[in-house]
Amino acid sequence: MRIEALFLIGVAAFFGLVGLIYWFWGYEQSGTAMLLGTTLLGLLPGTYYFWWSRRMKPRPEDRSDASIEDGAGVIGSFPDSSVWPFVLGMGLFLVVLSIVFGLWLLAPGFALVISAAVGVTVESRRGGTV
Amino acid sequence: MTDEPLRPALTGRRRRGALVLVGVALSLLLGGCQVPDFFGFRGATKQGHDEFLLYVGTFIAALVVGGFVGLLILFAVVRYRRRNEEMPKQFQYHIALELTYTVVPIIIVLILFGFTVITENRVDAVTPKPNLTVDVYAFQWGWEFDYPNHVVVRAETTTDPDPVGPEGLSGPQCSPAAWCLGPGLILPSGETTQINLRSRDVVHGFFVPEFNFSRYAQPGVLNQFDFTVIKPGVFRAQCTQFCGLYHSLMLFHVVAMPPTQFQTWLTAQEPTTSLNTKAAP
Amino acid sequence: MTTLVERPVVHAEHPEHHEGPTGLLKWMTSTDHKVIGMNYIVTSLVMFFFAGIMALVIRTQLTVPSGAVVSNQQFNELFTMHGSLMLYLFAGPFAFGGLANYIVPLQVGAPDMAFPRLNALSYWLYLSGSITMMLGFMVAGGAAAFGWVAYAPLSEATFSPGSGPDLWILALALTGFSAIFTGVNLVTTIFYLRAPGMTMFRMPIFTWNMLVTAILILIAFPVLTAAVVMLFCDRHFGTHIYTVQGGGVPVLYQNLFWFFGHPEVYILALPYFGIATEVIPVFSRKPLFGYKGMAFATMSIAALSTGVWAHHMFTTGTVLLPFFSLLSLLIAVPTGIKFFNWIGTMWRGSIVFGTPMLFSIGFLFAFLMGGLTGVMLASPPIDFVTHDTYFVVAHFHQVLFGSAVFAGFSGLYFWYPKFFGRMYNETLGKLHFWFLFIGFWVTFMPQYELGLKGMPRRVATYPAGLGWQNLNIVSTVGAFIIGFSFVFFLVNLWVSWRKPVPAGDNPWDAHALEWFATSPPVHHNFTKLPPVRSERPVWDFHHPDARTIEHGHNGHGQLVGTGAGPRQD
Repeated sequence: MRIEALFLIGVAAFFGLVGLIYWFWGYEQSGTAMLLGTTLLGLLPGTYYFWWSRRMKPRPEDRSDASIEDGAGVIGSFPDSSVWPFVLGMGLFLVVLSIVFGLWLLAPGFALVISAAVGVTVESRRGGTV
Repeated sequence: MTDEPLRPALTGRRRRGALVLVGVALSLLLGGCQVPDFFGFRGATKQGHDEFLLYVGTFIAALVVGGFVGLLILFAVVRYRRRNEEMPKQFQYHIALELTYTVVPIIIVLILFGFTVITENRVDAVTPKPNLTVDVYAFQWGWEFDYPNHVVVRAETTTDPDPVGPEGLSGPQCSPAAWCLGPGLILPSGETTQINLRSRDVVHGFFVPEFNFSRYAQPGVLNQFDFTVIKPGVFRAQCTQFCGLYHSLMLFHVVAMPPTQFQTWLTAQEPTTSLNTKAAP
Repeated sequence: MTTLVERPVVHAEHPEHHEGPTGLLKWMTSTDHKVIGMNYIVTSLVMFFFAGIMALVIRTQLTVPSGAVVSNQQFNELFTMHGSLMLYLFAGPFAFGGLANYIVPLQVGAPDMAFPRLNALSYWLYLSGSITMMLGFMVAGGAAAFGWVAYAPLSEATFSPGSGPDLWILALALTGFSAIFTGVNLVTTIFYLRAPGMTMFRMPIFTWNMLVTAILILIAFPVLTAAVVMLFCDRHFGTHIYTVQGGGVPVLYQNLFWFFGHPEVYILALPYFGIATEVIPVFSRKPLFGYKGMAFATMSIAALSTGVWAHHMFTTGTVLLPFFSLLSLLIAVPTGIKFFNWIGTMWRGSIVFGTPMLFSIGFLFAFLMGGLTGVMLASPPIDFVTHDTYFVVAHFHQVLFGSAVFAGFSGLYFWYPKFFGRMYNETLGKLHFWFLFIGFWVTFMPQYELGLKGMPRRVATYPAGLGWQNLNIVSTVGAFIIGFSFVFFLVNLWVSWRKPVPAGDNPWDAHALEWFATSPPVHHNFTKLPPVRSERPVWDFHHPDARTIEHGHNGHGQLVGTGAGPRQD
């Protein structure tokens, strides 16, 4: 976890530095704003990981001497298949197309988006496909 | 290893190759004006010539570096092709070597950066007292050149796709014809001309290839730069930044003439009020 | 059903039995990273062929002065869509949607991506974005015709009316979100689903590069989405963000776009560097030379690439020239490190010229040329000479074609046995390479000279008598050679489909974990895992007597890892 944290903090540190140089060299606003945003992008997850890395034992994947058995157990729960991403994707597709081809497409679009939202919630609560 | 006896010979040949390259580069640099142009224009303006020199220097550096790396790849590929099933040594790190090829490129790059800064400061230098100031407006799709005494050269290249010469104004004989498309920007040679570049609509690009220079014409931005054309001549030019339907027809050309002839031309023109006031963007 | 996946500790007697939907339903409902990755690969290759055909039309039009194959408007639509398809819908999604999706979970020893449903959604957004962009050709007024960069104010409603540009903007929004979701997914997968013992500095370089690419996506794509949404507001909701008339700033668009656009170039390049870095050691039978240097070089390229956006704007006269040229020039340093590491990997190796290796070597030469001209362009005065000319066109085609096509197809041939469990035809693969390689140089070398002679990019026609014709003819001939080379690729697919040659799990004697899985991998990937003691666990497993020597090549170095077999020397 520590290297992951340092990786993200490194992102923040580099762009913080570049942002400072850029601002005091050119006083240009848009670039400085974007560099500041990038700094925050690294800083927020980076400090969170760093905070955690100091409070947890190294995971098997953090230890160079770990054997496969050290990581035994459940990794996580993975769906075998699910139709809802497709429904959600097509819903968003229709919503976007409605801007060009007529707002009536919003009706089926939102219907799909809402049913996908309901569907995926129910699916993950039941722990299976619907 | 079977390759051991071969190595000294190869190293020697490589060293000789490097010497030849350095020799060629030196003779080119010392040759001064005899520098080959490496496909580029030598620069018809003082500024353009500076850029040309930087281009040539960088080109030679790129040739040396590229040749070195390319031959290295080629050598590795040919020399170390599989000949038997023997397992190669599984080496992975060589810190000193890795540091070398980190530090050497940094030095090369910093040298290049130094020359870049010197050249760009000379090219971008704007004199407070130019001999002539021309306001250039780019628009969809054509060019307008406003001279100090309200002489305006303006041509829409799309309605009149082939307006040879400086738009019906008595200019010099313009040839070759392919160089003279679009309106003509008439300048005195040997003197510093300042261009105030603006756009009336979208982003355009003011590009005179033989001046080795291009600059965007942008709405809401005034771009100022200087030219000192060395010798009289005709130089073709074109919009480079894509600007819509007739981008490819947005041609113009620059005519540099001796200062006296230029003054004669300028005073002979009828002062016209520009259709578009100068207050625009 | 959702499956609770356990770590494959011992050799399972029977691989996990999986019964899922088949056919079209499988394609629609699968959340398996392998199926989604393959969907991405196929879709992006279709886009690649569309864009390639557009390129051939463009080249035909430019063969002779005053070409009349297509009209000005059609030409402008064609080059806009050629660029947009190649960059947004092929080169990016092929790598970080297709190959990364398929390969990264396998390389880190994970059963799937961290968020499988989100992964599927990414694909559907990408597919709908692609369709949206292609729909531009169907609407009145035609597709977008303002270049793939869509500079304001040319892309404003005043200058580009119609729904084609709107569809283009919406397509970018859709694919932008798709890319962001994939980025999040990749970072999470790499941070949380690695196999025990696979520390960050034991990940294969391909995975490293995908991690860095994912971070770049998270940095860059939100800016693009914001920029095009603001453009959309300008077009339809009466805002004046990019128009001078309402007090807006047109240059802001260029700043926003290139803050996305330059990292995007590396989003397109880094995954392909990763592919070459996987292929070259395997075909040289050696570990990657300077592995850690390679990882840090990738990180520095990515970091620097985000600080150089305005080198696309040197000629605007509104940017800080020395800052951007210094950072741009510095990118040459980590790129050089990569080159020397690739050479060092081949050095004293035992190189086999399989098709993937040929493509990777082709990539090295193409990228060397593109990289050198890139260094030249990083110097503002030289950029003034060549900006927006064919010099730049040749430069970025050598970089992007060099990486996305040479390294991309290197990866495709390399992992083809893993994808389908069968081999492709080696002869056809080599013919594909040689035609592509020759066509590539014939197409793009003349374009450098054209640019130096002053031929601007994006021109539909050019006047006669400028001495550009011969070079253009050569370039067009090269383009058709490139087009022809892909016939061999398609025939190869056909042959291996009709007459399958079984490949086995590890035909290349390769290094990373994906070669430990079956070909194609079973559902949830692994039934067993080897111990991870270096960045090439599969090699260590098969060659316990040929482990990596840490330093030098004289045999006095230390062995990496613990519990190693007998030393070879």
